[in-house]
Amino acid sequence: MDAGSRTPQPRPGTIGDSPPRPDATAKVLGTFPYASDLTAEGMLCGATLRSPHPRALIKRVDVAPALALPGVRAVLTHQDVPGRKHYGLIVRDCPVLAVDQVRYQGEPVAVVAADDAGTARRAAGAIVVEYEVLPPVTDPRGALFDPDSPRVHPGGNLVRHQPIRRGRPDDPAVRAQAAVHITREYQVGMQDQAFLGPEAGLAYPLPDGGVHLHVATQWLHADREQVAPCLGLPEEKVHVTLAGVGGAFGGREDLSVQIHAAMLALRTGRPVRMVYDRRESFFGHVHRHPAVLRYTHGARGDGRLVYVIAEILLDGGAYASTTEAVVGNASSLGAGPYEVEHVAIDAYGAYTNNPPCGAMRGFGAVQACFAYEAQMDALAAALGIHPLDLRARNAVKQGSTIATGQVIDSPAPLAAMFGELRAMPLPPEHDPAALPPGGYGNTTHGEGVRRGVGYGVGIKNICYSEGFDDYSTARVRLAVEHGEPVAAVRTAAAEVGQGLVTVQGQIARTELGVEQVSVEPADTRAGSSGSSSASRQSYMTGGAVKAACEAVRDQVFELARERGIAVPRDAALLGGKLVSARGEPLADLAAVLGGRVVEQTREYRHRPTGPLDRLTGQGGSHVQFAFAVHRAVVDVDVELGLIKVVRLDVVQDVGRILNRLALEGQIQGGTAQGLGLAVLEEIVTDGGKVRNPSFTDYLIPTILDMPPLGMRILQHPDPASPYGLRGAGEPPTLSSTPAIAAAVRAATGLALTRVPIRPEHIALPGERPGNPPPESASPQSASPENAAPPGPAPLSQEANTDA
Amino acid sequence: MSGGCETGIGGGIGTGADIGAGTGPRTAPGRLRLTMTLNGRPRTAPDVPAGASLLNALREQFALPGTKNACEEGECGSCTVYLDGEPVCSCLVAAGQAEGRRVRTVEGLAENGVPDAVQRAFVECGAVQCGFCTPGLVVAAHDLVRRALAAPAGGGAPTALDEAAIREALAGNLCRCTGYEKIIDAVFSAAAELRDAELRDTEPRDTEPRDTGQYRDHPQGAVR
Repeated sequence: MDAGSRTPQPRPGTIGDSPPRPDATAKVLGTFPYASDLTAEGMLCGATLRSPHPRALIKRVDVAPALALPGVRAVLTHQDVPGRKHYGLIVRDCPVLAVDQVRYQGEPVAVVAADDAGTARRAAGAIVVEYEVLPPVTDPRGALFDPDSPRVHPGGNLVRHQPIRRGRPDDPAVRAQAAVHITREYQVGMQDQAFLGPEAGLAYPLPDGGVHLHVATQWLHADREQVAPCLGLPEEKVHVTLAGVGGAFGGREDLSVQIHAAMLALRTGRPVRMVYDRRESFFGHVHRHPAVLRYTHGARGDGRLVYVIAEILLDGGAYASTTEAVVGNASSLGAGPYEVEHVAIDAYGAYTNNPPCGAMRGFGAVQACFAYEAQMDALAAALGIHPLDLRARNAVKQGSTIATGQVIDSPAPLAAMFGELRAMPLPPEHDPAALPPGGYGNTTHGEGVRRGVGYGVGIKNICYSEGFDDYSTARVRLAVEHGEPVAAVRTAAAEVGQGLVTVQGQIARTELGVEQVSVEPADTRAGSSGSSSASRQSYMTGGAVKAACEAVRDQVFELARERGIAVPRDAALLGGKLVSARGEPLADLAAVLGGRVVEQTREYRHRPTGPLDRLTGQGGSHVQFAFAVHRAVVDVDVELGLIKVVRLDVVQDVGRILNRLALEGQIQGGTAQGLGLAVLEEIVTDGGKVRNPSFTDYLIPTILDMPPLGMRILQHPDPASPYGLRGAGEPPTLSSTPAIAAAVRAATGLALTRVPIRPEHIALPGERPGNPPPESASPQSASPENAAPPGPAPLSQEANTDA
Repeated sequence: MSGGCETGIGGGIGTGADIGAGTGPRTAPGRLRLTMTLNGRPRTAPDVPAGASLLNALREQFALPGTKNACEEGECGSCTVYLDGEPVCSCLVAAGQAEGRRVRTVEGLAENGVPDAVQRAFVECGAVQCGFCTPGLVVAAHDLVRRALAAPAGGGAPTALDEAAIREALAGNLCRCTGYEKIIDAVFSAAAELRDAELRDTEPRDTEPRDTGQYRDHPQGAVR
C-alpha cells in the first residue's frame, strides 16, 4: 500500500517533488569546489609521515634531514602539538601525532609543510624514526579473553562489552521448546567506505591567532570540539567551513587532516593544504569493524523463534573511534527484526593493532544482520519452511518488543513489505543479454553455472541512540528581493552527497510558500546540526528547518495582523500569499513583508532516548526503527567460484517520501555497498598490515557488477517524525549483503559463513575460511527432535510458500 | 613555482620500504614546457615537472580542477578526459605525452556555460550525488552517446544503445554513491535527446573527431 499513490501532485520544488540538486549543475560542469580543489595565495602543501609498523615503540625521531631540504617550512612531531596530545569522538585516546609508540600501520608520526607536495613528501620520507618493533595484537578474541595478551592501551583491550538479557535463554525448559537448534559462527571482513574524494582540507592562520579550516567532513562542530583543545585554542578561535565533500559513508566522522593542517598553518603563518592520495586514504580513515559472530537460534517446528544466543566480537583496531556506539547497535539490534522471547547477546568491542575501525553506513547493524539472516535461512532449511515465510512468522510489527525491551511504537510494516517483494517478478531463467559469471572473461558457456535466490531483512536505528543529546539547529530568513519573497536557510549540516541540500530547500518552499530558496554554506558560525550520519539529517536538520520556517511563518502572520489583516490561526503560506485553510488568499506575502527581514533560529531535538542497562541491556535506547528487505538472484560458476548477481529487488518503508529521486539514489547506492561487502570488498590484513590499499586491489562494485535493481517504496508515516519520514540511507546497506549471500548458498549448497565470499570459498570448499567443516555447519543436536538435515535454502523459493 | 598538493603515486606513508615511502623520484626532476590545444584553445604551461601526469598538469598547471584525482592508477575513471578525441585516464598519461595534442576536459563540454545534453541529463536523472566521479563519467558518457549516434564507418544506421553497451562502456568509471542505475537512466536520456536533435538538425554537434563507433576492449586508459 503505497500511500504516495493517493497523494496529490506536489507543488514544484516542495516536499514530495523531485527537484534537481542545487549543486548538480556545478558538479557536472566540473566547477564545484571539492576540498581537494581549494587553493590559496602563498599556500604550502602538507604531508604526513606514517608508521610502517602495526606496533612499535618510538626510540628516536630525527627531523633534521627533512628540515635541511630546500622548500621545507615546518616539520612537526608530538612535541609541537600546542594543546592536548589526544583526541577522539567518544574516547580521547587517539594521539594527534604518535608520542612514544605506534599502535597501527599508518599511524601519523610527523607532519611536514613545504612549498610543494613533492618536496613535502620527500621531506616526510627523510625523517628518521627509530622503532623497536613489537609483536602486534591482531586477534580480537585473544585481545579480549587471553590474559597473556599484550595490552594495546594501558587500560586493557576492552572498549565495551554490552550484554542483552531477555527472558530465560539458559533455562533447559525454554530450550526444550525448540524443535531445531542452529549454531554457527560467521565472519564479516573489514569494509572500506571508499568514498571517491580522498581526505582534504585547507587551513588558514587568522590574525587573532586562530585558524580557519575548510574541510570535507560529516560534522563541523564535532571537528571543532576536537581540534580546538589540541591547538590550545578556545573554540571561538577555530572556524570550520564545509568544503566540497566527495562522499563520506561514515569515513569522515573521525578527524583526518584537520589538526595537522591547522598546526602547520599556525606554525608557518601560511595557508596549508593537505590532500591524501588513494593509498594514504586507506590509512587515513577508520573502516567498518570486522566481526566474528557466533549465533545459536532455537525455533519451534512451526518456525517461531524460541531463543537467540549470540556472541559478537567487533575488532575496533588501535583506537576507540565510535566502537562504543557500534557495540551498542550490534547488541541492541542483534536479534534482528524478529520477535523472540528469550535472548542472550554479548557484544564486545576490542582494541587490537589492526587498522582502527569506526563508522560506516549501517554501523554495527550490518555485521549482525549478515549473521542473523544466515541463521534464519538455516532454520528455514532445517524446518522445510520458505525463508520469507519463516521471517514473516517472526517479524516485528508495531507494538512488538525488541530484545532490549523497547516497544516499536510506530509502523513496522514488514508483512506488507514481504508481500510487495513476493509480487515483484523474478528474472527469466535464461537471459541471452545477461553476462554469465566471469563476464567478458568468457570463462563459461553456461556449464557449471547454478542459479540461486536469497532474501535479507534488516533493522536499523535512525538518529543517535542511548541517551545522546541529539539536536540540529537551523536559521531561516525571509525577505523580499526584487519584488519577490526569498527564503535563505542556514545550517551547519554537512552535504556529503546524500541530497540534504535539496531537501532543505524543499522544506522551506513547502512551509513558506515561496519559490526562491537559497541554502547557504555550512559553517560553524551557525549552530550545530549534528552529524550527517545515522540516516538522521532529513529527520533532524529537516526538523530544524521546518521548525524555523514555522516560526518565521508565525512572525509573518503577526506582522500581517499588525497591519490590520485578519489572519486565522490555521492560515498558511502558499504561492507567495497568506491563505486561509481553504486556500483563499488573505494577503500578498511580499506586501506584508515590505522591507522587513523575518529571521528565526530553532533547535530541533528528537524524543529523548535512554541508556542500555549495563548488565541486562534493557532500555529504550533508540529513536526510530527502519527496515528494508532484499531479494537477490545470482548465477554462480561453481567450478571457478565466480558470482554474477543477476537481479536485486528491494522494498523499503520510508514513512514519507520527501524527494523520490534522491531517495531512490540512496537505496540504489546503499544496495551497491551491500553487494560490495557480499562478494568483493575487504581490506585484507596480515599481521596488522594492510595488503591491498589501492583501487587495483580493493574492489568496489563497477557498473558491470551491479545488476538491475527493482524497487518498491512504502510510506507508513511515523507520527513522531517531521512529515512522518523514516531515515532511509542505511537500511538497504544492511539487507542486500545477506540476501546475496543466501542466494549464493542456495546456488552452491555451501554454508558460506563469511563475507565477502571469495571464489576459493566456492571452488575450493573446506580449504579456506568461509566454509566450516560439515560438523560445525550442521544444526547442532541440542534437542532430540532436531532431525532436519543441514543444507542450503531450497532452490525453488517460490514453490514452498505454504510449507 | 609552487606545485600542487597532489603529486606522487604511492607517496606519503612511512619510511619502511614495504609501504612505499620514497618510491617517487628522489632527485629533483627536470621541468618541461607543455603546449596543447586545451578545450579548443592553444595553451602553454611553461614549467611543468617532467614527471607530472596529464591529470596533475591539468589540475595544477592549467588551473582546471574539474578533472578529479581519486586513485591515480587508472582504476576509477574520475580523471577521464579526451585526448585527441579519445577518452583516457589522464592519470595514466604523462603530461609530456600531451604535447601538441588536443585535450578536452569536463570544463570543455559546455558551450558558453550551457551544459551539454549529457551534463543536463545527469542533473535531471539524479545521476549526481557527491559528484566526485561525475566529471569522469560525464566525459565517458559524452563519448559513448556520440559514438552510439554516429553512423558506422561502412555506412548504415547507428546501432541502438542498449543497457549492456552502456554498462560495458562505463565499466571503467567507479561511482560509490549511486549504484549506477540513474547514470544508466541519464545516458539513455541524453542519447534520446541528441537523437531527436539530430533528426531535427543534421549538423554535427561535436567538434571533436570521434572514432568509428566500435567499442574498444578497454574504453578507459587506452592511449593511442
